[in-house]
Amino acid sequence: MTANILAGAAALITFGFVFFLLRRGALREKYAVLWLFFSGAALFFAVFPGALEWLSGVLGVAQPVNLLFFVTVVLLVLVSVQLSYELSRHEMRIRRLAEEVALLRDEINPNRQERDGN
Amino acid sequence: MNALPLHTVPAQKTLIAIPAWNEAGSIASVVASVQEHRPDADILVVDDGSTDSTAQDAVRAGAQVVSLPFNVGVGGAMRTAFLYAQREGYQALVQVDADGQHDPADLDRLLEGLTNSDIVVGTRFHPESMYFVGGPRRWAMVLLSKALSWMNKGTISDPTSGFRSAGPKAIELFAIEYPADYLGDTVGSLSIAIRQGLVIHEAPVTMYFRQVGRPSKNALWSALYLGRATLAILATGLKANRTPREDAS
Repeated sequence: MTANILAGAAALITFGFVFFLLRRGALREKYAVLWLFFSGAALFFAVFPGALEWLSGVLGVAQPVNLLFFVTVVLLVLVSVQLSYELSRHEMRIRRLAEEVALLRDEINPNRQERDGN
Repeated sequence: MNALPLHTVPAQKTLIAIPAWNEAGSIASVVASVQEHRPDADILVVDDGSTDSTAQDAVRAGAQVVSLPFNVGVGGAMRTAFLYAQREGYQALVQVDADGQHDPADLDRLLEGLTNSDIVVGTRFHPESMYFVGGPRRWAMVLLSKALSWMNKGTISDPTSGFRSAGPKAIELFAIEYPADYLGDTVGSLSIAIRQGLVIHEAPVTMYFRQVGRPSKNALWSALYLGRATLAILATGLKANRTPREDAS
């Protein structure tokens, strides 16, 4: 039972922290919703351990805790891949912006050579 | 974009692009020596986030300079140069290193090669070359060369050479896509060009030794190098062959 209290407390703290970040505007909704959902689900299974046991039975998993670990690992891997994807995209965009800044800065440079038209 | 008055446009607009990152020691002499060999060409120094006087020195030497706000690597610097070339309507671009290891006397040969190809890679491996690498590093370079030559169905003996020229088709392509990862700017860009069906030839060039010697490379370094090169080829070679994205420009 103490394990459930511990898990429930951890889920509650996570939920509260994400909520706090969301309110401060430090986290975008699309990420906040994800973590709120995860911690909400964790809280649910901490309060109702029977639900986890029932689900394990339905899926044919002998140890309910293994189901919990498996699902958790899969979800965390998915989130990591998603974050790598976002990061790569942002690096590419930042690089493109840097290139564009360099060219624009040159275009407004009054000492620019050639282009004597103006 | 090309609102240039016609009389300022030479028949064949050529841009010599020099990516430079903290090369204050050599940039002025490189610009001067390029000017001497090709007075008809425009020189663009892409200052890749230098913290020294590279940009000022290049301007003083008479080059056009664009400065990146932070260091993005040779690939990013070169794409900036290709974007510039595309927007300003250049028909040819030659990439020259800022550290003075390329001989501007070879510029003519690289540019002449563009009459029957889209890219001309200056190779440091030819009978008269003073350039020599040995040991595992040499094997790594040979393997790379074999792989790219096979893809190209024509010899590319020195795919990591940064002394190369690009014609109009290559300028269009590289203005949109030029890899920024390690070796992407040399090996990766060739792989992209081959996949797009560009014609790649090579021409012998002279290579001066760097003033600052590289540390000797061992077998481990070569294995790592090969791995990264393979990754560079795979990353570009396996990429879905989509039409260039509009959001990229």
